Amino acid sequence: MNYHWDWGIFFKSTGIGQEIYLHWFITGLGWTVALSLSGWLIAMLLGTVLGVLRTLPQRSLSAIGTAYVNLFRNVPLLVQLFVWYFIVPDYLPEPIQTWFKQGLKPEISGFISVVACLGLFTAARVCEQVRTGIQALPRGQINAALALGLNPWKTYRHVLLPQAFRIIIPPLTSEFLNIFKNSSVASLIGLMDLLAQTKQTAEFTANLFEAFTLATLIYFTLNMSLMLMMRWLEKRVKVPGLISLGGK
Amino acid sequence: MIRFNKVNKWFGRDHHVLKNITLEVKQGEVVVVCGPSGSGKSTLIRTINQLEPVNDGVIIVDGITITDPKTNINKVREEVGFVFQHFNLYPHLTVLENITLAPIQVRKMEKAAAEQLGVELLERVGLLNKKDVYPAQLSGGQQQRVAIARGLAMRPKVMLFDEPTSALDPEMIGEVLKVMQDLAESGMTMVVVTHEMGFAREVSDRVIFLDHGEILEDAKPEDFFTNPQHERAKQFLRQILAPMHQ
Ligand SMILES: Nc1ncnc2c1ncn2[C@@H]1O[C@H](COP(=O)(O)OP(=O)(O)O)[C@@H](O)[C@H]1O
Ligand SMILES: [Mg+2]
Repeated sequence: MNYHWDWGIFFKSTGIGQEIYLHWFITGLGWTVALSLSGWLIAMLLGTVLGVLRTLPQRSLSAIGTAYVNLFRNVPLLVQLFVWYFIVPDYLPEPIQTWFKQGLKPEISGFISVVACLGLFTAARVCEQVRTGIQALPRGQINAALALGLNPWKTYRHVLLPQAFRIIIPPLTSEFLNIFKNSSVASLIGLMDLLAQTKQTAEFTANLFEAFTLATLIYFTLNMSLMLMMRWLEKRVKVPGLISLGGK
Repeated sequence: MIRFNKVNKWFGRDHHVLKNITLEVKQGEVVVVCGPSGSGKSTLIRTINQLEPVNDGVIIVDGITITDPKTNINKVREEVGFVFQHFNLYPHLTVLENITLAPIQVRKMEKAAAEQLGVELLERVGLLNKKDVYPAQLSGGQQQRVAIARGLAMRPKVMLFDEPTSALDPEMIGEVLKVMQDLAESGMTMVVVTHEMGFAREVSDRVIFLDHGEILEDAKPEDFFTNPQHERAKQFLRQILAPMHQ
């Protein structure tokens, strides 16, 4: 293969003002991080609520959690994105609809659609982890809380969830990494995330391999740092003397 | 303090675990419940704070009819301490936090006041030096003493114990029984499921013998040990006391 690698390309001007191609990657990374973190916030909050619902003794409440998980886990992510981006806005009530479609800059309304999509999709997965974590706890933990007069809310808040989260840090880490990878669907609706900027650089410069190599490096470094961060968190919240919270 | 009137409980449709239980425990009384495994001792003691609901009959604790569906059961649970066979301490909280959680969250105590109370209780069970460690760093006997302190932190009117020493290594049983004996001497109303016949004989005011969900004996310890009425109780005593005569 006679391909001429040219790593200098990232420092060449894009022809737009003072901008060089590296800037595109940096703003792309900014979008990717913003989309992923916003989606993750929603996923954690909603996923925790749903996970708790699924462990409640009231059938009607746990059924809500189950239905949600089935729906959001079984429809492909891309289909969900198109629903949030193309269909849902048409069904928003006025005046929100006009505001969403015309009042907002296109990249902002696109951003909202992608965040909703990533957040709600990942919430179903977080929900399952939270449920598993709670169910792994010995039954005696609930009994001890009840026997002391703690109400269900305080039992979850102070006894069950702090333990469940410690158990599920490893699987949550992988969901956390997934949301960063999944955020690349944003490029399909025209948001200039890292993947979109990579494709654009490749098209503008014809240096396809360099562009995708850099993108790979950035995604890889990002994932590694997130993983190290989660490892650090896991160590930090580790309970002294305890081998595993899940046992018994 | 505690009154059972014709209480029945079934697991499923035809497993009758508590049969027509009628029973009274007076204030300050220490009652030991014993009987063969599976006879319904745990179920009985757990109905007192409704960790197990019953199917019919009336249970009154401290003047409150807890079998009445209108009763706020959490209010009753605040007054009734429970000590489990497997301790069930919260592994993610320190010893002191285990004790102060319910006083702060349920009794709305100030943190400082709750900690002061926690320190006093730890002193009482002889574990003040362990207040900042986690349960997994303690021996079984120490964990159970913390569990007793945790129960006492709610200043309960009644303490219930479900086989508090049967998960312990033999050398740790004594330290837990000692704490329970002190508690009994301080006038606490106690219901204790246990096979520690020494404790029953020396500390309790009454012994109840349960078999297949029925109360077969309800007697003072001296009568229960010297003159049990039912053949099943005699047999049970022979079995449980046998190792001591070897
Ligand atoms: N949650 C439950 N569901 C069904 N059966 C149970 C349950 N808990 C206890 N039992 C049954 O009820 C009977 C009494 O149990 P238990 O009160 O634990 O006895 P003990 O404490 O005297 O050993 C046993 O036959 C046991 O198998
Ligand atoms: Mg039992």
